[in-house]
Amino acid sequence: MIKSRRDFLNKLLSFGAYSLAVSTGIFHSPIAGAQWLKARFSLSNYDETISHLFNGEKLIDNHNKIKISRLPYIAENGAAVPIKIQSHFKNITKIYILVEKNPHPLSAEFFISPSVEAEVSARLKMAKTSKVIVIVEADGKFYRRARKVKVAIGGCGG
Amino acid sequence: MVSFTVEQEKLKSLLAAVEASMSSIKIRTKQLEGNTQIRTLITHPMENGRNRDKQNNFIPAHHIKELWVMHNNTKVISCNMAGSISKNPYFDFLLKGGEIGDKIIISWIDNLDNSDTKEHTIK
Repeated sequence: MIKSRRDFLNKLLSFGAYSLAVSTGIFHSPIAGAQWLKARFSLSNYDETISHLFNGEKLIDNHNKIKISRLPYIAENGAAVPIKIQSHFKNITKIYILVEKNPHPLSAEFFISPSVEAEVSARLKMAKTSKVIVIVEADGKFYRRARKVKVAIGGCGG
Repeated sequence: MVSFTVEQEKLKSLLAAVEASMSSIKIRTKQLEGNTQIRTLITHPMENGRNRDKQNNFIPAHHIKELWVMHNNTKVISCNMAGSISKNPYFDFLLKGGEIGDKIIISWIDNLDNSDTKEHTIK
């Protein structure tokens, strides 16, 4: 209820502040570079995707600070393959999940702020038996870990 | 007969209202050794555009593009994804700290610009 002129002005001010906050993105502050890019998700070749994403940066392979769990060795159904990723690097900013032989290899990218532990799980679709690759970016370096998953029934297309 | 159809209409509109009020996002939180586990399940078809319907036509792509988690008005995690995430996607994250009464907001937007948001309070 607006009782007086002062009250009305106060309300007006607070509403103005709110809309300013919304428009300048205080509530929806994007984590750097977090927008969805079609170019990344529409590439259909694994090597192309890697070179597009990392631009020739060196990927350090098979680091044991990346833990992949819940991912089955044999997936009965490729429509929902669970995966859990944990990592103990400091200053992790991004985690990528790729499936090598999917029509579009890049599945998901997670942008992580320092107030979250690097522990993420998801469920993927897998078209056929393929490697699942996890790439973690920490302190500007890239670490890769892969594991092969056998798929009995594909999840992409009938 | 007339009253029956009226009843049916009423029931239909009621069901539609219930469906509309239900959020597509489910959030559960659990406190684990000083951290907070956030689990979320989203109802979404996640069509990647390569599946065919019974008439052998392609089902157009319809998948979530972005998902983000806010903890007390700061964005803590953001996820971009393709149609190769499973139907009705499930995610879990681990938030450092997190206290009872803190607000968790999860939102998504898909490639047809539909979106949904849900707020949850850590108990």
